[in-house]
Amino acid sequence: MRIVQAILFFCFALLPFGTGFAQQNIPKLSAQVVDTTGALSTGFTAQLTQQLQTFEAQKGSQVAVLIIQTTQPETIEQYGIRLADSWKIGRKKVDDGAILILALQDRTLRIEVGYGLEGALNDATSKRIIDEHIFPQLRAGKVEAGIQAGVDQITRVIDGEALPPPPVSSKPGGEYSIGNSEGIAVFLFTVAVAIGQAIRKAVGKLAAVLISAVAAGGIAGLLMGLLPALFVGVVVGLFVLGGGQAGRFPGGIGGYSRRGGGFGGSGGFGGSGGFGGGGGGFGGGGASGRW
Amino acid sequence: MPRTLTAFAMSILLLLSGCGYNTMQTNDEQVKASWAEVLNQYQRRADLVPNLVNVVKAEANFEQETLSQVVEARAKATSIQATPELVNNPEAFAQFQQAQGNLGGALSRLLMVTENYPNLRANQAFRDLQAQLEGTENRITVARKRYIDSVQEYNITVRTFPNNLTAMVMGYQPKASFTVENEAAISKPPTVDFGTSGK
Repeated sequence: MRIVQAILFFCFALLPFGTGFAQQNIPKLSAQVVDTTGALSTGFTAQLTQQLQTFEAQKGSQVAVLIIQTTQPETIEQYGIRLADSWKIGRKKVDDGAILILALQDRTLRIEVGYGLEGALNDATSKRIIDEHIFPQLRAGKVEAGIQAGVDQITRVIDGEALPPPPVSSKPGGEYSIGNSEGIAVFLFTVAVAIGQAIRKAVGKLAAVLISAVAAGGIAGLLMGLLPALFVGVVVGLFVLGGGQAGRFPGGIGGYSRRGGGFGGSGGFGGSGGFGGGGGGFGGGGASGRW
Repeated sequence: MPRTLTAFAMSILLLLSGCGYNTMQTNDEQVKASWAEVLNQYQRRADLVPNLVNVVKAEANFEQETLSQVVEARAKATSIQATPELVNNPEAFAQFQQAQGNLGGALSRLLMVTENYPNLRANQAFRDLQAQLEGTENRITVARKRYIDSVQEYNITVRTFPNNLTAMVMGYQPKASFTVENEAAISKPPTVDFGTSGK
């Protein structure tokens, strides 16, 4: 009993080390400008948010600003990539997002650049924006002016880059995707088996099996190649062959078609009206510095 | 008879998805992709080095030893043929990792030494190169972390039951991952030199 208690105590004692990984939380992306410190006036925040909204509507790219007190114990680079992976600023596949991060207490700053902008807003350019436009203001104690200068420069550089035009409906986010290919495959498979069973009623067992197997295999061959075609043909044939005994399989197959029916619901939009990341990818590009 | 056939067909389908074969394929591809990104970023760094060396060389009386160390480390790092198969060979992987680690160390020493050359630090070409190099180092860090994550996922898939049986039959081995490069160096306290200008 003592030993059990000791082990339990030991486990609980170790618990904090497993879960309590001391990292700064990533703030919720509520708007283009997120200020957790209260260093910015509401007027400035509103005006900057407006500017970035207009920019997104015109150019399609998303730019966000985050002001926090500290990124400790992480460096601003480590924090920055976590933030970028969480916010996913920028359009999906275009990856044209950029985030300006300020840690007031650490006096560090970073421009995190999405994959799609690494050509225009490259490391050297980002560093120049930081050194030549933002830091002089920050060193003079003017946080708002520094951020304004930084955002102006960033948007100007992005503006010079040829990117896909913004979507006509000004919603942020990428294109529609019609389910995933697995869903389509299951759906087609279900349809093939169902048609096969219908034919079976009309023309008889063996002919139906042959017809449906060859048809399904042919379609699969057109879409995927020879080997999958053979496989699909055989499997569909077997299902049609086995599916005859008065409703042995409709239950199971019905289950499939319910899953296959989940089309179109998987567009990657943020809530309309509010601001959300469009799914842009980041790889650690950009620059940072200490003022 | 039809029942047996149906059962057979069903079990084929179940086998393919139930034994983790598909997950293994997905994870394997993920590892390959993230490894390619790591190589990509290492290549980017290696490509930047000659430019940096040229700019630094132009600075009169620059410490030759630091410079030649960088050139040497780069030559060594690029001499290792970095193929996708490298991840399946722990020894070659460790060797590759060490060569890249040496290059990273030599580069950071070089950048540290340049702090003593105000002319160089005022040179815009040098500053741009330094920014690119810092950015690339950060990209390497990100790429390595993503590689580590994908290998972890893959290794878990391959090692857990019942996937480990499939992995055994199909010949999928756990893959090598990055470790801390300079364990010895990290455990040593850093030397601080107040004599030179701050960053």
